[in-house]
Amino acid sequence: MRILVTVKHVPDLQSNRSFTDGTVTRTADDGSMNELDEHAVEAALQLVEAAGEGEVYALTVGGPDAIAAVRKALQLGAHHAIHVSDVGIAGSDVFGTAMIIAAAVRKLHAEAPLDMVVTGMAALDGLTSMLPTALAAELDWSQLTLASAVSVADGEATIERHLPDAHETVAASLPAVVSVTDEANKPRYPNFKLIMAARKAEVPVWTLADLGIDPALVGGDAARATVVEASERPPRENRRHVTDKGEGGRELAEFLIEKGLA
Amino acid sequence: MSTDTVAVLIEHRDGAVTPPSLEALTLARSLGTPIALWLGDAPAADAVAQLGEYGAAEVRVVGIGDDARLPAKAAAAIAAATEDAPVLVVISTFVTKEIATRLAVLNGAGVVVDAAGASRVDGHIETFQTVFAATWNVRTRIDADRAIVGVRPNTTQATPAESPGAATLTQVEATLPQTRERIVAVEPVDQGEGVPLAEAPVVVSGGRGTNGDYTLIEEFAGVLGGAVGASRDATDEGWISHEHMVGQTGTTVTPALYVACGISGAVHHRGGMQASGTIVAINMDPDAPIFEISDFGVVGSLFDVIPQAIETIKAHRGE
Repeated sequence: MRILVTVKHVPDLQSNRSFTDGTVTRTADDGSMNELDEHAVEAALQLVEAAGEGEVYALTVGGPDAIAAVRKALQLGAHHAIHVSDVGIAGSDVFGTAMIIAAAVRKLHAEAPLDMVVTGMAALDGLTSMLPTALAAELDWSQLTLASAVSVADGEATIERHLPDAHETVAASLPAVVSVTDEANKPRYPNFKLIMAARKAEVPVWTLADLGIDPALVGGDAARATVVEASERPPRENRRHVTDKGEGGRELAEFLIEKGLA
Repeated sequence: MSTDTVAVLIEHRDGAVTPPSLEALTLARSLGTPIALWLGDAPAADAVAQLGEYGAAEVRVVGIGDDARLPAKAAAAIAAATEDAPVLVVISTFVTKEIATRLAVLNGAGVVVDAAGASRVDGHIETFQTVFAATWNVRTRIDADRAIVGVRPNTTQATPAESPGAATLTQVEATLPQTRERIVAVEPVDQGEGVPLAEAPVVVSGGRGTNGDYTLIEEFAGVLGGAVGASRDATDEGWISHEHMVGQTGTTVTPALYVACGISGAVHHRGGMQASGTIVAINMDPDAPIFEISDFGVVGSLFDVIPQAIETIKAHRGE
């Protein structure tokens, strides 16, 4: 079982997240691996353990700081890491990013076949959940997204998918792109030995040239949409808070009635 | 493309047009000439009439049955039916985001999902949305020749067209691709009598502070005409099913009124509700982060506050 997990370096949820020149501000100080990607790493490790053999590759796409994301994946137990980095990548939209990851997947797949790409259900900066689908389409691999459970048997992967209107069971042949939700598993904690090893691990850097990608097809200039304005929302005004001393419920009801909400 | 046709992917349940579909049609009217796109068995006459009333000049039906559950097939069906429509509006859900992505890979469209609105500016579609747990406003211009906009429920007020015409019904034949994926089983989620969470005008949510007892939450939601939500803590505890989870990995809601009961307001939860109209919080802990974003907060026990609030509201209504 040979699996590649995509991980993303995102601004910490507790930090003051912002925009610079139409893209999400990314700094080394308050960034970390997207929390939801921990579930992807965990799912990949469990599949390899269940198969009794195999390797997990962690791959990230991004500037120099993004290496923190694959190092975190190594801490969690990923066996190898790859950092795709190139000045030409900055500003890529989901379609450009999918093209870049697909090229990296094909490169690895050519060395020895991959069975699966596992991703998180969303990145907590943009939250669009579009990348897994775009990647599956780009690779023309099976698409098994939003899995709350995943299993592999006889060259086929099967997932459980909890949608608001229905619970689905979906199966597809390998190789497949699988995205897992935060219901899928409980990520393990890194152990000391892995933390030390991750710190020292050599992480190869692949450029657009290494992947044979025409820089005109990716990056900000190729993006299909542009953020033209971003501004911090003003805090809510006229906020009222009371402490319940026996009248809290009545005060709440009066607020709702006054607002025409009850 | 010179046409101003705006296709709207209609969401329907048991043959009925959902409220967000009427909101999407209303938005589409401000962007061009709407046509309604219906995947599945042909709609009944009253549904067609309603789509016409909200401005659809035409209802295009692609009878793909259960294949609509597979994003690659749904995208192919939409592509076949919307060649002449440079703009497509869908209601932003986990499934339509996948369909939109597949479609965009096919036709090169620019995509914005989870939008709160859209307009036409200098020939381009521009969208408006909130990001980072609704702490930032962002305007995005779609530069590609085709645009797909996913709009969140409750972000446009649905209004009938001023001078609606009768919508014509067209059946579109689409050749669907073979997909590697196959649906093994589908088990519908019992939606109960209430409005689905994402569409509800009012959401009353309970968290750890309920200690697993949702009786008061359900009763308050009933009085306010809303749906019941929950925090991640509560669904993890198994107190209530995952479908009720409000948060950035659950359902994102933007109701006119959001009532958080016994929910501390961790960033994961705020990401799913912070764009709500009015936010009310009840919590024992005066330092709970939910109070940082609430319009009205009561520091107290939900078991005291909710019954009194219900009683006061009922008295006001003369019940």
